[in-house]
Amino acid sequence: MSSIDTAALLRPQALPEARYANLLPLRVRGLELSCGGTPILTGLNLDLSPHGCTAIMGPNGAGKSLLLKVLHGLLTPTAGEVCWGSQPPAAVTARQALVFQKPVLLRRSVAANIDFVLKARGKPRQARDALLDRVGLLHKARAPARRLSGGEAQRLALARALATDPEVLFLDEATASLDPSSVQVIETIVQDACARGIRVICVTHDSGQARRIADDVVFLHGGRVAEHSPADRFFSAPQSPAARAYLDGRLVL
Amino acid sequence: MQGIGEAVSLAIQLVITGNADLFEIVALSLRVSLSATFFACLIGLPLGALVAISRFPGRGAVLVLMNALMGLPPVVVGLLVYLHLSRSGPLGFLGLLYTPSAMIIAQTILIAPIVAALSRQVLEDLHGEYAEQFRSLCLTRGQTVSALLWDARYSLLTVSLAGFGRAVAEVGAVIIVGGNIDHLTRVMTTAIALETSKGDLALALALGLVLLVIALGVNAAVQSLRMSARRHAYV
Ligand SMILES: Nc1ncnc2c1ncn2[C@@H]1O[C@H](COP(=O)(O)OP(=O)(O)OP(=O)(O)O)[C@@H](O)[C@H]1O
Ligand SMILES: [Mg+2]
Repeated sequence: MSSIDTAALLRPQALPEARYANLLPLRVRGLELSCGGTPILTGLNLDLSPHGCTAIMGPNGAGKSLLLKVLHGLLTPTAGEVCWGSQPPAAVTARQALVFQKPVLLRRSVAANIDFVLKARGKPRQARDALLDRVGLLHKARAPARRLSGGEAQRLALARALATDPEVLFLDEATASLDPSSVQVIETIVQDACARGIRVICVTHDSGQARRIADDVVFLHGGRVAEHSPADRFFSAPQSPAARAYLDGRLVL
Repeated sequence: MQGIGEAVSLAIQLVITGNADLFEIVALSLRVSLSATFFACLIGLPLGALVAISRFPGRGAVLVLMNALMGLPPVVVGLLVYLHLSRSGPLGFLGLLYTPSAMIIAQTILIAPIVAALSRQVLEDLHGEYAEQFRSLCLTRGQTVSALLWDARYSLLTVSLAGFGRAVAEVGAVIIVGGNIDHLTRVMTTAIALETSKGDLALALALGLVLLVIALGVNAAVQSLRMSARRHAYV
């Protein structure tokens, strides 16, 4: 039922070399994941090329967030194989960053949240203000992070993820509660990150956003990849009935 | 034996005029119990944090033990410390029995389990919230512990105040290992016990008054900590 155009996805693109070639491509075979006895992912296969931005789409509860956590090495699958280059996810967690759907911020100032990560990674503290400036939070540097609005918290979580200088960046609905101009800011940051060779994998429900920033779309349904196509084709001519129904607003899990 | 009314007015007089004996006793009490609180935190906080973030076989038993030790009877602690520090005991050569150091040791043993058990609970809750984020950041165990201790600082201060409150109000342990020696190991609680039995109700009452004020002060401090934590959204 999957119609993955692997050849098109693996075709070399006009992007700089990924900084560490051994992390990609990603290869997932027969991935199964059960949560509390309920199977969520059932035999999922996925191949991701070394470059660009991939959008993961699918209805609520399809397992998108769980898939990101498996790929990032935070969850161990029930069965199946996940390989970053030749390495298992847990071995490469430190080279990746994940912006969670619900950001967890430390009980400190906005600036201290960034400082914490920079220090943990042995990076110079001077990078902080530039990071905060990029997400438009420099003027809030002294504010307690837990007092930020939902959108500001998401932007801080993104800045913190970038502070780890990741090779792969996972975004779990990172723009879900942002106003249009903040969405634009974040999308620009993500596109910049891609251009710098960071592999971006983002979960989104926003078709417009996927169109704007994604090179390819992975559509998750029924515990598997129902469709994996280049973004333009996914939106102009979705191949799978599930994706067609989802884009028409008819699909419920 | 004085009348109660007379005792009360004498007691107030003692406090107001800054009676030297009274203040020596209060100062020693504070010194002993604050030191014990300091050492108990030094031991109890990292211990609580480690248990909070670790999963190992027998962890359930450790939790039960930690909680049980919270209720250690002070006299039993006093007795155990006495047995170790008395001249024939294994640590008798240190010559610590009937000194403030012995009292600090006893109170440390008494409240370290309180600090450890309460902080374990606080830190485990916090870790539940942070764990996934921390694993994503690949923090070391040391980085995790220090981040948790810092982020729970308001709650942990409350925990240490609870420990201090128990130490300063305790009489059983300090009277056994300190001996209630005048000008040397006499603290508020032991003095109250002694003066009451001697019938010197004024001094006993005056000390009781100070002890009450300290207890109230600790509670007020806890309250204002909570409020300031809320104000800074650090709860
Ligand atoms: N710890 C857990 N225990 C049991 N079930 C879980 C657990 N975590 C997630 N699930 C279930 O797994 C399913 C997939 O969850 P997931 O968070 O991956 O969905 P999602 O695709 O990200 O949805 P959304 O678009 O709403 O974010 C959900 O039905 C959820 O209830
Ligand atoms: Mg999700």
